Amino acid sequence: MNLVWLQSGGCGGCTMSLLCHDGGNVVTTLRDGGIELLWHPSLSEESGAEAIDLLRACASGERPLDLLCVEGALLRGPNGSGRFHMLAGTGRAMIDWVRELAARATHTVAVGTCAAYGGVPSAGMNPADACGLQYDGDAPGGLLGAEYRAAAGLPVINVAGCPTHPGWVVETLLALEMGALAADDLDALGRPRFYADHLVHHGCSRNEFYEFKASAEKISDLGCLMEHLGCKATQAHADCNIRGWNGGGACAEGGYPCINCTGPGFEEPGHPFLQTPKLAGIPIGLPADMPKAWFVALAALSKSATPGRVRSNAVSDHPVVAPAIRKTGLKS
Amino acid sequence: MKRIVVGPFNRVEGDLEVTLTLSDGRVASAEVSSPLYRGFEQILQGKHPLDALALVPRICGICSVSQSAAAAAALRDAMGLVPTPNGERVANLVLAAENLADHFTHFYLFFMPDFARESYAGRPWFEAARARFRAVEGQATAQALPARTAFLELMGLLAGKWPHSLTLQPGGAARAVSANEKVRVLTMLRAFRRWLEGQFFGDRLEAVAALDSEAALWSWADARDRARSDLAHFLAIARDLDLQRLGRAEDRFLSHGAYVIEGQPFFARGVWSADGGRAAFDPDHVTEDGTHAWLAPTGDGPAALHPFEGRTEPVETKEGAYTWCKAPRLAGRTAECGALARQLIDGHPLATGLVATHGASVLARVLARALEFARVLPAMEAWTRAIVPGEPFCAQGALPDEGQGVGLVEAARGSLGHWLTIRRGRIANYQIIAPTTWNFSPRDAAGAPGALERALVGAPVGEHERAPLAVQHIVRSFDPCMVCTVH
Repeated sequence: MNLVWLQSGGCGGCTMSLLCHDGGNVVTTLRDGGIELLWHPSLSEESGAEAIDLLRACASGERPLDLLCVEGALLRGPNGSGRFHMLAGTGRAMIDWVRELAARATHTVAVGTCAAYGGVPSAGMNPADACGLQYDGDAPGGLLGAEYRAAAGLPVINVAGCPTHPGWVVETLLALEMGALAADDLDALGRPRFYADHLVHHGCSRNEFYEFKASAEKISDLGCLMEHLGCKATQAHADCNIRGWNGGGACAEGGYPCINCTGPGFEEPGHPFLQTPKLAGIPIGLPADMPKAWFVALAALSKSATPGRVRSNAVSDHPVVAPAIRKTGLKS
Repeated sequence: MKRIVVGPFNRVEGDLEVTLTLSDGRVASAEVSSPLYRGFEQILQGKHPLDALALVPRICGICSVSQSAAAAAALRDAMGLVPTPNGERVANLVLAAENLADHFTHFYLFFMPDFARESYAGRPWFEAARARFRAVEGQATAQALPARTAFLELMGLLAGKWPHSLTLQPGGAARAVSANEKVRVLTMLRAFRRWLEGQFFGDRLEAVAALDSEAALWSWADARDRARSDLAHFLAIARDLDLQRLGRAEDRFLSHGAYVIEGQPFFARGVWSADGGRAAFDPDHVTEDGTHAWLAPTGDGPAALHPFEGRTEPVETKEGAYTWCKAPRLAGRTAECGALARQLIDGHPLATGLVATHGASVLARVLARALEFARVLPAMEAWTRAIVPGEPFCAQGALPDEGQGVGLVEAARGSLGHWLTIRRGRIANYQIIAPTTWNFSPRDAAGAPGALERALVGAPVGEHERAPLAVQHIVRSFDPCMVCTVH
């Protein structure tokens, strides 16, 4: 399969992330899996007129286009003209190029939350009228419309994340090449379920602090980030803490909360990113699938049972109390 | 006179369009256009000041940490906070890792592939350059990408992930480093050092950092085995193509000073010009002029405003406008920034010697990045060793309800500044000048061109060249990263 990658109203970070794929050389990894990079703005030799010739050939159908990857939000402004992003050298709005190429593509992939739902450029007053390929926030529609299907029959595949994880992109593309990604493999927001059916909380290294509701009070504390510092890992869909980033990192490992960057609307949480909104002292955003009464009861019980070690370490930036050493075998 | 439009300029990303007016086979004048506008300065209005830490890295996924560092510095300034020394060391490590990875990616993925283009067939070095540096296909890509991935594991450890981390905070770093993690960081740094010394330089970093003149550079290059020194490989090509005489701008440079620990930058802050030498940098002398940008005019006031007074309001059409990029000026004049500016202003003798002889050039800009590998990696080793586990990594402080702050840092491509105004506990104004805003600046109200616009004048353009090679080299010697330019 051949692949054309376009960048619009984003930051290029999903490409930079992709290049960190831990298989080594991501270009070789894709090629070995049967995917040829026809054009990628960061990697290809073709520049200027050569690149435009190639895109025109794909748009006219002269060259087959199997995989269209779009990174970055689609900028519809000002006044629907798309002039906030003209494809350099063509005098033509990027949204027009994307519409034309998407009509030819066998599969269309939104790489990152911007291309999926609009993402950060749609925050605040949304100055550029940014949206995703097939969503505008969590509302179906976007640039291509809710009814859009790529030639092979799938809607836009939303490899959401800000940035998206290199493994998510590579595995999605290789699965498409193998014919191993069907409509059932996407969740209700168009995300591949292989990563979106996890919660970021799964595998969080702060799990003991979470269990006992031993919370960080300020940034750099070791405790759970959910109660005070805005962490949404118990609601956010992704496998960040199972898969690891850049050799094993993740947001909570880096000392900061999950901000649900794989979700539509994460850019406008309605509260400061690093603060947990609360009602009567209880976080408004409770863990997915958990009834509020149970959460309140469990949290109260956990807090009353918190070991001194966990309580002390939660508000320090390094462990100040080590776990007790126990004999773990059966006593004779 | 003939006009041609060149774009998209890919590698690193494509949002750059250059309109060239040609005369007698050379560029007579150039207009540099950034055709992408997202509106971060508008998005930030009314937000909680700390939200900048989550939003501004997403201006640019290529220099995301630099944006974090500038926001943290602006907030720190507004809060009157002193970061902890441990926090500064971690922040420097994370920023330096991004900057060096950027230089690395620039060399192997963005800049060198142009020498492997078919148009150079017949040059004595062509076959070797094509085998080594060809875009996507070259051996160098296959080797450099895994080395970059391994080096950026430092980000996973110290910053959670890259790009878009929230580890850099006004008071330092959100994450403490333990004694064994110091060992892990040093191991990663040694692995990258080994790669650079074995493939990029073919020599010890310290030997490269000690090169003190152009003559020393050429004799160093001649003594290298090109199969083990990609830099010597480039220098041989550069000598044949005379790249030390291509791409001169106005030889006026700016550096905010880089990698501060306890008030002292590792690379000096200042300005440098051919006529005045080194001088102090006064941030009060920075202005931005939107005359040729699709931005609302300033009305009866002056065309150029200090960033604290700056406004960003897009307009659909405007007479004389050709870009979304404002024109930053220092005391009313253009400036160039980047690794060459940093090395000049820090007084490195090789950078100074090259510019004194030829002025800035494609060669000098690329070489200054190489010097930064040689000089920054040993500094990273020293910062790591100086981390004191158990001591605090993040100072805590309170945000003022009313206040201002400025954050001035150095990204890979040069000087990045954030100007923040807080009113009633919210962001009232947030203005950003990125390195590429300086370098890819349009003309100002007086008609003075920006650095790249100036550097392109005189570049040779062949009769049938649709993507003129000299133009490609000059543009990429500045390393276009257009998402930062306009933000």
